[in-house]
Amino acid sequence: MNNDLKNQADELAQVFASDMVGAPTGVGRFGEFGGMFVPETLVPALHELEAAFKDAWADPVFRNELDTLLADYAGRPSPLTRCDRLGEQLGFQLYLKREDLNHTGSHKINNVLGQALLAKRMGKTRLVAETGAGQHGVATATAAALMDMECLVYMGEVDIARQELNVFRMRLLGAEVTPAVSGSRTLKDAVNEAMRDWVGTVEHTYYCLGSVLGPHPYPWMVREFHRVIGTEAAVQCRVALGADHPTGRPDVVVACIGGGSNAAGIFSGFAAFPEVDLVGVEPEGGAAIGHGIPGIVHGMKSYLMQDEFGQVSEAQSISAGLDYPGVGPEHAHLADSGRAKYEQVSDAEVIDAFQLLSRTEGIIPALEPAHALAWVVREKESLAGKNVLINMSGRGDKDVGQMMEVLGDTL
Amino acid sequence: MSASDLLPFQASLEARRSSGGKCLVPYLTGGLPGWELMLEAVASAGADGIEVGIPFSDPVMDGPIIQESSELALAAGATPPGILDGLSRLDIGVPLAVMTYVNLVYRFGYERFADSMVKAGVSAAILPDMPLEEAGDWCGAADAAGVQTVMLAAPTTPDERLLRVVERCGGFVYAVGLLGITGERDSLAASAKVIAKRLKDVTDLPVLVGVGISTPEQAAEVCEVADGVVVGSAIVRRVLETGSPESVADFVGSFREALDKG
Ligand SMILES: Cc1ncc(COP(=O)(O)O)c(C=O)c1O
Repeated sequence: MNNDLKNQADELAQVFASDMVGAPTGVGRFGEFGGMFVPETLVPALHELEAAFKDAWADPVFRNELDTLLADYAGRPSPLTRCDRLGEQLGFQLYLKREDLNHTGSHKINNVLGQALLAKRMGKTRLVAETGAGQHGVATATAAALMDMECLVYMGEVDIARQELNVFRMRLLGAEVTPAVSGSRTLKDAVNEAMRDWVGTVEHTYYCLGSVLGPHPYPWMVREFHRVIGTEAAVQCRVALGADHPTGRPDVVVACIGGGSNAAGIFSGFAAFPEVDLVGVEPEGGAAIGHGIPGIVHGMKSYLMQDEFGQVSEAQSISAGLDYPGVGPEHAHLADSGRAKYEQVSDAEVIDAFQLLSRTEGIIPALEPAHALAWVVREKESLAGKNVLINMSGRGDKDVGQMMEVLGDTL
Repeated sequence: MSASDLLPFQASLEARRSSGGKCLVPYLTGGLPGWELMLEAVASAGADGIEVGIPFSDPVMDGPIIQESSELALAAGATPPGILDGLSRLDIGVPLAVMTYVNLVYRFGYERFADSMVKAGVSAAILPDMPLEEAGDWCGAADAAGVQTVMLAAPTTPDERLLRVVERCGGFVYAVGLLGITGERDSLAASAKVIAKRLKDVTDLPVLVGVGISTPEQAAEVCEVADGVVVGSAIVRRVLETGSPESVADFVGSFREALDKG
């Protein structure tokens, strides 16, 4: 036991020393990506936020308060589940990190509880957020209710239609939901609206950004708030793989990529160990790394789907949470450096994977992590015999209405 | 610096100021159907310079009116090279600045964009999502090409930072008159004169207040402190509503008149 604790401490030291998931350099740079490309009005607020986050993150009182909320309110640690039936069918050992079992149904709550506590500490009284699938919006509305703050969530008109359950949940929780009606009327446009709101309200409003996106310090801060996923998973994998396993680590860690927050969280527990393959799975129609080139939008330089003149493309994905033409800057860096690889799956593969996990394991996944699952299904031959860990970032309740329309009478 | 050393945009503003007048810079979205005629009409209505917007798909500093004009221009096929090309063929006797978002410039290539501006006869650039922290690469290219970069100063900018903003700034200082994005407002925000005064105290560059200046009266009021105004949404709304160069010129003329009366 003592030995185990010492191993864990050594390992954690290695993880934190790794420049792969360390603090950004300069003005929020991960390699050449990141930065702070925002209107002057917001720059002082971002500097203030950076200072406040650093201060809070180093303060044991803040950390303790957050850990207590994560445990007693959100239900952490989330379990690690070994999927024997599906694993046998696919020909490898499959483990799921069960972020779907968190309060509010996804990993998003980790980040939101951290940011909402920080907002309180900074004396802000109002939260604004963007949301795609509505999971980040629901988490933000939840934290606002818990901490007695005003909350306004921007959501693309298209997403409001396909995730109406989450819209109603947000309203039940006392938040206001405002449609974003410009552009593609999805997540990209919701981010625009939230940023515009913040330009006008920055003195009393806190922008609770929902992924490892946007201007510095968000990509770094949001990843730190999700680091708990990777830290827990690393310990749980060692136990699950048993004392006989030479490293106690999985061979492959797979996560879906919208902005990249659930992936950043789970990758952070394994990036320091080069023998662990890290795989991010993008939707075919929203593949910033797969189909984009470097660009600058939403405050950051990163990979971006855009036309020859730099106009941002409209993403097209069945999953509202991944329907975004950009990606967090740290993932752009992990891709360029070769530490992680990024793959794409089609909507059709995702629909199959969604049903497969439901039927073999009794777990209805959200459409977003169904992307990660779809990739391992496609790659089952090359994964044969390996230990594969998927971040099950959310549960599928929110998608059941949409899937009823897609699957209709076929069931 | 003597007046003859100044690039055209700044020279025009300084000439107006030294004759005791106040500067008027209308904003127009480039690439809308008939935009060149609109520019000519506005030039002859008393503008000291014109800010031409190159539309971007995701304009986070802009409110509904400029968003709409941007979408219409993009739908009509507006592109950065197309607009710069159009500007190079115009001879309207008023200096030009371009206002756009940094991704279009980054995609074009900073050096190539700066060179294309020079070829098009445009002497200043305004990039609202490129604050000091990120200005280095573009400003290097712009300085080398002989293009000025207009920086924004906001009500939230602290004093110490204001000094660094004006030091990096060229052409004029764009004082953001309120906390918020572009769009019309019923009255002049209290913050407008405050930021203008703070800037006047630390720079000799012309200080123009933009964002939210919607009526000739508001323009005259803020110019009790500022050297001039940038007027965007109020003009663009009339462009969208009337499509008529004459009526837009009349509207711009009413600002000129108010500023001249003081
Ligand atoms: C369950 C779930 N997973 C993943 C995502 C995508 O976000 P990210 O890539 O930041 O993890 C979302 C976003 O809505 C989500 O709801």
